[in-house]
Amino acid sequence: MQKFDAFTGNLAIATAMKQINPDVCAAYPITPSTEIMMLFADFVANGEVDTELVTVESEHSAMSACIGASLAGGRVMTATSSAGLAYMWELLSIASGLRCSMVMTLVNRALSAPLNIHCDHSDAMGAKDTGWIQLFSENAQEAYDNVIQAVKIAEHKDVRLPVMVCVDGFIISHSYEKMQYMEDKDVKDFIGEFKPYRSLLNVEKPETFGAMVLPNYYMEFKRQVREGMERARKVILEVGKEFGDRFGRYYGYFEDFMLDDAEIAFVVMNSAAGTVKHVVNMLRKKGIKAGVLKPRVFRPFPSKEIADALRNAKVICALDRAETYGGEGGNLYLEIKSALQTAKNNATVINRIYGLGQRDFLPNHVEGIYKEIQDFLSTGNIKLFDYVNLRD
Amino acid sequence: MSELKSWREVPEGVIIENAGNSEEYKTGTWRSFRPIWHEDRCIQCYRCWTFCPDSSILIKDGKVAGINYDYCKGCGICAHECPKKANAIEMVPERT
Repeated sequence: MQKFDAFTGNLAIATAMKQINPDVCAAYPITPSTEIMMLFADFVANGEVDTELVTVESEHSAMSACIGASLAGGRVMTATSSAGLAYMWELLSIASGLRCSMVMTLVNRALSAPLNIHCDHSDAMGAKDTGWIQLFSENAQEAYDNVIQAVKIAEHKDVRLPVMVCVDGFIISHSYEKMQYMEDKDVKDFIGEFKPYRSLLNVEKPETFGAMVLPNYYMEFKRQVREGMERARKVILEVGKEFGDRFGRYYGYFEDFMLDDAEIAFVVMNSAAGTVKHVVNMLRKKGIKAGVLKPRVFRPFPSKEIADALRNAKVICALDRAETYGGEGGNLYLEIKSALQTAKNNATVINRIYGLGQRDFLPNHVEGIYKEIQDFLSTGNIKLFDYVNLRD
Repeated sequence: MSELKSWREVPEGVIIENAGNSEEYKTGTWRSFRPIWHEDRCIQCYRCWTFCPDSSILIKDGKVAGINYDYCKGCGICAHECPKKANAIEMVPERT
């Protein structure tokens, strides 16, 4: 039995956390994720969860405490944004290297300077290679569903890696929308009980955690993290299917929106996908074969499946909400190009950087990109890299 | 060290499963100075044994009996702590 109600993204995530009822949450407030832990602190104070809420003095400490609690055998969750994630950075690869099954919501926000509290994906993209599984969420519903699935993915014996659930700051975190949610017992039943496979607190069998490893063993342990990430591919699909079978909302690696016969494809993550889908709907009404690919899983990156979904596209526009300053383009663009090259697909891929620091990204901007692509199809000229809605 | 294992064999998550296995790692090769114990000058005060951070002072029949060079890193604490009037431990450069 599921119910509908109005949720902000943050409330959706806090609600999922309440239903998951983790053993430990260690967090430090940072806009726009602050509200998640603020709401969750209410649940703790009201006795609605059994969680040990650790109010630490920084994000560095928050992630450190989460790692310790995870190694002790707890189900652990936290949330952060932007500079908070940057301050955790050192610990991110420790969490994955020590195979901590934990879930962190990242409410995406721009990195300074200039100081900006609004949305872009520079925080998540900076952490893409730290061994964390990254799930992206278009709206509150997907954020809620992803957080619940993330617990199951992270704790799977073949994976045992931390999962980062990304959701756009303010655009989703602070906007109310209609969302369907499950009953507590159904969530509890879906995620099951956490059975730690080892624990710091097991005095019967003392073990050393976090030992130093010299050059003769370091690579072997890093290779294991890749193995967990590779195995996660299957687990993510299994969990997404089980979630769909139980609750009616199915999840895979990405959303395929009218891609089957699409000659023009947009690739875009998180909230902006809604805007692009709206424009694609308009283009379809005019008989234009356009489509949208919205990656949900960025790590591990589903290269083969994405290349297959884009097989009919002549022009692909990868939309990146983060800069790479000096890279050939944004990270999504690079992954898409790489996936297509491996599939021996020579389609034209263009890159547009949009929405940095939450610069408006509106339907007319998507239409503008479409017009450029239309011109390209007759003239053969197009800028491979450009910005959207930037004053030139 | 024992034979190196493949990435499939090492425990997941950089865990050392056996407690007390630091014995398998001989740290004596780190030494740049070697403590030389002079039995004739030793007054058996056990200060070196008390302060050695690597438990490398050998005891036999309740008496200081030498230094375990498999694990001694050559930190020199034993020589520093040895009472001046005894001066039973001297540090000499390790020949490589």
